[in-house]
Amino acid sequence: MSHEASKPVVAKGKQPAEALQAFPQQMILSSLLPLAAILLALFIGAVLIYAVGINPWKAYRFLVYGAFGSPNSIAETIVKSCPLVLAGLGFAFAFRCGLFNIGAEGQLYLGALASILVGIYLKGLPAILHAPIAVIAAALAGGIWGAIPGYLKARFGISEIINTIMMNYIGIYFVSYLVHGPLREPPGYYPQTARIADTAAFPKLIEGTRLHAGVFVALLAAFLVYHILKNTTLGYQIKAVGYNREAARFGGINVSASFVVTMAISGALAGLAGANEMLGVQHRLLDGFSPGYGYDAIAVALLGRAHPAGVFLAALLFGSLRAGANMMQRSAAVPVQLIYIIQGLVVLFVIGSTFLMDRYAARAMKRRVA
Amino acid sequence: MEDLILEARGITKTFPGVKANDHIDIQLRRGEVLAVLGENGAGKTTLMNILYGLYQPDEGEIRLYGKPVRVDSPKAAIDLGIGMIHQHFMLIPNFTVLENIILGMPSPREPLLDLKYAKSKVVELSKKYGLSIDPDAMVWQISVGAQQRVEIIKALYRGAEILILDEPTAVLTPQEAQDLFAVLKTLKAQGKSVIFISHKLDEVMEVSDRVTVLRDGKVIGTVNTRETNTQELARMMVGREVLFKIGKKPACPGTVALELEDVWVLNEKKLPALKGVSLQVRSGEILGIAGVDGNGQTELAEVITGLRRAIKGNVKMFGEDVTNQTPRPLIERGLAHIPADRRRQGLVLDFSIAENMILETYYRHPFARRWILRHDVIRNNAKELIRQYDVRTPGYQVPAKNLSGGNQQKVIIAREFSRAPKILIAVQPTRGLDVGATEYVHRSLLEQRDKGVAILLISTDLEEVRNVSDRLAVIFGGQIMGIVDPATTPIEEIGMMMAGSVGKGPVFSETTAV
Repeated sequence: MSHEASKPVVAKGKQPAEALQAFPQQMILSSLLPLAAILLALFIGAVLIYAVGINPWKAYRFLVYGAFGSPNSIAETIVKSCPLVLAGLGFAFAFRCGLFNIGAEGQLYLGALASILVGIYLKGLPAILHAPIAVIAAALAGGIWGAIPGYLKARFGISEIINTIMMNYIGIYFVSYLVHGPLREPPGYYPQTARIADTAAFPKLIEGTRLHAGVFVALLAAFLVYHILKNTTLGYQIKAVGYNREAARFGGINVSASFVVTMAISGALAGLAGANEMLGVQHRLLDGFSPGYGYDAIAVALLGRAHPAGVFLAALLFGSLRAGANMMQRSAAVPVQLIYIIQGLVVLFVIGSTFLMDRYAARAMKRRVA
Repeated sequence: MEDLILEARGITKTFPGVKANDHIDIQLRRGEVLAVLGENGAGKTTLMNILYGLYQPDEGEIRLYGKPVRVDSPKAAIDLGIGMIHQHFMLIPNFTVLENIILGMPSPREPLLDLKYAKSKVVELSKKYGLSIDPDAMVWQISVGAQQRVEIIKALYRGAEILILDEPTAVLTPQEAQDLFAVLKTLKAQGKSVIFISHKLDEVMEVSDRVTVLRDGKVIGTVNTRETNTQELARMMVGREVLFKIGKKPACPGTVALELEDVWVLNEKKLPALKGVSLQVRSGEILGIAGVDGNGQTELAEVITGLRRAIKGNVKMFGEDVTNQTPRPLIERGLAHIPADRRRQGLVLDFSIAENMILETYYRHPFARRWILRHDVIRNNAKELIRQYDVRTPGYQVPAKNLSGGNQQKVIIAREFSRAPKILIAVQPTRGLDVGATEYVHRSLLEQRDKGVAILLISTDLEEVRNVSDRLAVIFGGQIMGIVDPATTPIEEIGMMMAGSVGKGPVFSETTAV
């Protein structure tokens, strides 16, 4: 095809090279912009704190202190980040297949239930087996809860967004019914189950803190998700479907099966978040135990641009906000609602900044192509 | 030159990395058809978009009747008497022809419509320029050719003196194209001026008075049509000698590789799109499918490749029934597919070239060991195919979306051919490609044929199927109207079949099942 050299193709041939040159520039942009967005959100938060009559400088010092000020507060930050990492990975995984799994909260409750059942009723196992079996049970339960909307999408084309939301209600209220009724602890005053056997609980890593071995589950899961997406045929298939369903289908990929498998894995990750909270922190199932981890997971995943490392960092940010907020509330009397507002601002600004970035990139690309 | 009506002087438009228009001068005289000829990417569309006010030039000026004018929007263009007929029509299907024509125009009885007045005016225009239309028909009911006439009347109704037609014959049957040329001649005779954009040499020769040839954003020259010929125009357009007939050995057909027997398929609206199609393709031959777009070609390709279910009939590969199998087992049997829409169906644009090269084989040896991808093998495969098929790219890691259309098509061709297929379904394989890339695709198809691949070539480009195919089937309304010898059958006869008349009977009685 040497004769192509005389064609405008040559002029166009510069495009990819230019795109490559623009790449590092975009990389810097893509890490700086979210940082700037976070700072901007914190600044507006400061204005709001000031407006309610509290010294924002003092409040933020407590925020930082509560999140990172002592070994104990660092441990709290990590403890609060773990379920966000897991559920965030779940959302991100489905997102890479072009699916919106809004059902992490319900999957998380089902996972918690399964791990509690194994933790309480499967007796006489050594700790080396008991906790892992409880974890696997949670992944299975969450996975099935995720696979159902995945199947409905694959088979009937029903929106997974709506179905996962509906499955949330079913899952959360089913668990609620159980802890109010059949699974209520023997003395029976509070809507909560009995304690799990000690063999099922995650070991504490540092005495005097709540830091537990669940952090390794989160790390392992992040690594596994990264590995699956990057190095396996399944990951390739899922990404192909996510980027271009039509081309994947034309290439012989079973799109329907990809939906079911992806939603099962996504749900399993959210289920792990539930187990993490049960076996590592609460040790018993309470009605309404999750402060919305499954919903924060969506923000975490989007903030982390659906990349495992990004999800991990975003979860840490949210975990530290959560941990620091407690301290800010106790010591500076900042109303907790303000914390949620600041959190919301962070998400809004970061997602806004990525949108700006995408638009900038798209415009640059368009100019090149036109 | 007193009869100069529109003049563009030194028009320059730069997009980052590409000078789309480089000091372009064109002159349009009253009452002439000026053809603007050039390959894809030569700058034709950019120039027309500037004349129609969609782009602003970086340099240069537009003069109308000798006076400089500013065309900063399509509305300004229309007010200046410039009308444009786009390739894709801008009509509302659920409105009547008349409603479409008056859309957005002030009525003499504002705020009420005056359909009676409008209708009389439309009928008058229609008579004057020989544009036969029914003002009361719904647009969705009328043919593509008629829709184009509606667009032309729409422009005339708005007082256009200058009409710009962007590749107007791309969507027409040969007969409809003839009708259009007759209309253009009438328009010319009535003093209208026409700019006719095309990359098809024959029709430029037929319809234009003068030709301005663009290449790489520059004007190569303007010639009087009467004083030139297709060879010269092709040389100007491409910059080298062009072979019109690809050197083609006669086919040596082997056994029947692909066979369809009375296949019925529904479209998205659950209406039959294929009504009992039967055909055979042998190893080592190319069966072309000619037809106007939307006559069942998409469904035909999809039912063979397992993307759409047959409700009746059989698809056989090498004698084995494969009806309604899913795509993957068919691919594993040696079926390759060059889909019609390379960006939507053929490539995952966000994937790298290397990833796109394994879209159908990623799970198999040598690209995967159990479920782990072997990145080194994938990389080397891509490097090798890029070299072998001469894909112009800085590297295998570049996303497919950054490639030009021709290079994207090469990625697909490389991927499909490297699997050593036995049967190939190629749908519109050269759509949107320039002459060089088109030639490349045609040569590749013939090479595969000579290697013994059975090829079904589906294309709405009649020249393409006539030149490349060994046998030519014509599809209309979901039925095969006949199978003819492309070398000996007159184009008029094929055109008649494309418009729905049954062919004179199977020329290849031994292989046809019509």
